[in-house]
Amino acid sequence: MTNPSPAQRFVEAIPHAKALGMTLDEIGDGKAVMSMPYDERFIGDPATGVISGGAVSALMDTCCGGAVLAHPKASATATLDLRIEYMRAATPGQRIIAKAECFHVTRTVAFLRAVAHDEDSLAADGLPVATATGAFTLDGGPRKRKGEAST
Amino acid sequence: MSRSRPEPVQVIKKRRDKALSALVDGIPYSQFLGIRFDRRGDELTALLPFDEKLVGNPFLPALHGGVTSAFLEITAIIELSWSMLWEEMESGQLDPQKLDADHLPRLPKTIDFTVDYLRSGLPRDAYARARVNRSGRRYASVHVEAWQDNRSRLFAQATGHFLIPSRDNDA
Repeated sequence: MTNPSPAQRFVEAIPHAKALGMTLDEIGDGKAVMSMPYDERFIGDPATGVISGGAVSALMDTCCGGAVLAHPKASATATLDLRIEYMRAATPGQRIIAKAECFHVTRTVAFLRAVAHDEDSLAADGLPVATATGAFTLDGGPRKRKGEAST
Repeated sequence: MSRSRPEPVQVIKKRRDKALSALVDGIPYSQFLGIRFDRRGDELTALLPFDEKLVGNPFLPALHGGVTSAFLEITAIIELSWSMLWEEMESGQLDPQKLDADHLPRLPKTIDFTVDYLRSGLPRDAYARARVNRSGRRYASVHVEAWQDNRSRLFAQATGHFLIPSRDNDA
């Protein structure tokens, strides 16, 4: 066993990300790529075997959170608002890959853009399964209160 | 003229509960998260019992934003399907005895879904109710609210648009 990479530790630290089998594939400079395997437990429509929109949104939310944390100004974050648009059904049996980036960051808020692909659309640079836009809180780390002694 | 006697209450309850459980049990992801539905007449309340695997931030700890989003979306889909199923069932068009995993009405498809995170989800049970604000022949708009300890202190709300499955495709 090798030591887990920092990226893997990020996922390990989030119980729900671990439960969905997510992996952090790339991270840095306000961007993140995460993916999730196809799993029959995550099916949303039993008639088609298509993965639940909820599972895709969990991946998008986590990936957006990762992108915020990958921004040099951020030390903590939480989702304020996330809108997901489902362009098409994901192909059953394929991984879902989410890519998120900070579109703009202020002192307190990060504005995110994200896309989710299945394996086909990722390889062909085709139509994503879903796109997302979100607003996340941005916490720049512990600030000194007035009068607090600096160390 | 004598009116026909109403059906015994247990018969009606059993029929409605069977239709609901056929609908709810048909969604694997809903089962994975542990979501259940409580029915009072036609009113549904979704229940999400707390579980460690639903945690997003273990330091607070707080529910994962994706769990909240999925919980709200599933509540909206079930409410919308249930409102359609209810009409068919009560008008006698549909016999719930014939509903099973292989003979379920097609589920609505999510077009878009916007979640408003009002406060962090605490490590406790969560509840949600959805309201179908508009349901046309093809599109529906549904609003959902979720809370934990206090009904009036929502921790998240959402609005989504859904594509109604065409009747011809009904199994």
